[in-house]
Amino acid sequence: MPIRLFRRKEEGEKKIKIPEGMWIKCDACLEIIYKPEVERNLNVCPKCNYHFRIPAMERIRAVTDEGTFREFGEELESVDMLSFTDTKKYTDRLKEAKKKTGRKEAVITGTAKINGMDVVLAVLDFEFLGGSMGCVVGEKVTAAAEAAKELSRPFLIYSASGGARMQEGVLSLMQMAKTSAALARLADARLPFISVLTDPTTGGVAASFAMLGDIIVSEPGALIGFAGPRVIEQTIKQKLPEGFQRAEFLLEHGMIDIIVERTRLKPTLTQLLRFMTASSGK
Amino acid sequence: MILQYLDFEKPIIDLENRLEQLRRVDDGTDKNLREEIVKLDKKIGKIRKEIFSNLTRWQITQLARHPNRPYMLDYINHCFKNFLEIHGDRAFRDDPPVVCGFAELEGEKVLVIGQQKGRNTTEKIRRNFGMANPEGYRKALRVMKLAEKFRLPVITFIDTPGAFPGIGAEERGQSEAIARNLLEMARLETPILVVVIGEGGSGGALALGVGDEILMMEYAIYSVISPEGCASILWRDTARAETAAEMMKVTAADLKKFSVVDRIIPEPLGGAHRDHKAAADAVRVAMAESVAGLRSLSVRQLLDRRYAKFRDIGVIRRKTGSNG
Repeated sequence: MPIRLFRRKEEGEKKIKIPEGMWIKCDACLEIIYKPEVERNLNVCPKCNYHFRIPAMERIRAVTDEGTFREFGEELESVDMLSFTDTKKYTDRLKEAKKKTGRKEAVITGTAKINGMDVVLAVLDFEFLGGSMGCVVGEKVTAAAEAAKELSRPFLIYSASGGARMQEGVLSLMQMAKTSAALARLADARLPFISVLTDPTTGGVAASFAMLGDIIVSEPGALIGFAGPRVIEQTIKQKLPEGFQRAEFLLEHGMIDIIVERTRLKPTLTQLLRFMTASSGK
Repeated sequence: MILQYLDFEKPIIDLENRLEQLRRVDDGTDKNLREEIVKLDKKIGKIRKEIFSNLTRWQITQLARHPNRPYMLDYINHCFKNFLEIHGDRAFRDDPPVVCGFAELEGEKVLVIGQQKGRNTTEKIRRNFGMANPEGYRKALRVMKLAEKFRLPVITFIDTPGAFPGIGAEERGQSEAIARNLLEMARLETPILVVVIGEGGSGGALALGVGDEILMMEYAIYSVISPEGCASILWRDTARAETAAEMMKVTAADLKKFSVVDRIIPEPLGGAHRDHKAAADAVRVAMAESVAGLRSLSVRQLLDRRYAKFRDIGVIRRKTGSNG
């Protein structure tokens, strides 16, 4: 009897698990969609074209040539230099983020090839503390920009971030200056920098490297801005217009170059890189 | 200007009122009265010294935002000669929270760029409470380029709660304007001296804050987000701003420890608002020394030092050991 009971329970669990795993609800159109189909479509809803937020490693896989990505800087970890505690300890928040993502920090940096062209990449991960920029993110992005300059390669950053990491105080603010200074040197060396914006790109990340691309590309529907919508509404005490701070709004206002769907990103980046590296008339 | 007191100054208020009264009746004939005045004056000095040698970070935040605190234009009046304001970003409009102009600092020609808060209601609104729009940052950048062209040192004054969070500001690219200044200031081929005089509020402050030397007033603050903003996000309660200020470590002494600030300018006892002239004198002397030092460096040296200065900011751990 106990064995049968156990078995029945297991069967029951399976019955619930299978549909949950195979079918998901789209965050945007609320339609029930078939998960393998969404995954084949690079996590874009086949019904409404909503671009799901995805981990950094998936972005790298989707855009680089297979087996060409070499990570660097993975040995860097954050330090709780302020002994910061809000509703949780910063050290606990870091531990949780590491467990959740299996990564040490909110950005992955490395070298790779995109359709045979060598590039240096920095890809932010929103799953790790909201992609926030502390000292390690600042250091890794800076080191990646310096590597691009050293190796004379184009540099790409994928942004996905709520902004600077408050738990590291003013030191996180200074990472905005540090990363921008490295990009100034890259620009002086006449090397291309393409900034890819994904949902969301706000605060100190938007107000530093994300908006400094020679070319700024965005995924459709991404929230992009300096201040968050809630802060703006509270300040001006007005309802915000429909579509405010979305990629399409920024394109209309002249702040970004192109909106590219995730499935078209690799060919578009390839084309851009070809135009910007073709005649290296240095 | 009516002098306003802060909560923690309460022990001084009554005594100062009494001293005022005694001084009013003192005609120089009553010896006892004279003695009492001297005694009371000493006592007030002692209490004030005690209070001001044990300020919390929140109390310093209140001083940094004190309504009587000297603003950028007060320092312009006290420290510089022949100030000539110039306007506009040549693209959209002139942004009054950012003030730019030519000036002379002890005989040295410079370009001054700073954030200005308003003193009364009309001025506060005109200056947008010291919160710049993108065109303010773009005006600042235009003037920096002008300084570079004529090799004039740039002096920036930081005093803002933050960049303005509004619909128009977002439409016109607030984040791009700030980011652009960070990049261009990193490679501007002329000395840049930064003075944090009041509130250094997040990216809106940093957009004028990349320089060769960063000076900070003793009771100024500088932080990644306002204590209220931090409290509202992390505690979902703006009333926790005091805790947030403590946690983020926003004072000049804190920033000096993290090598974000090069030098702290001491303020008169009781804070800069109690003696604008004395505060400005200290700022003037410090600025003149810094500018002279930076003037002696070649452009190459300046840019290398500036890059290294920001390159080194941060505390990290490498897997193999500690600290970096």
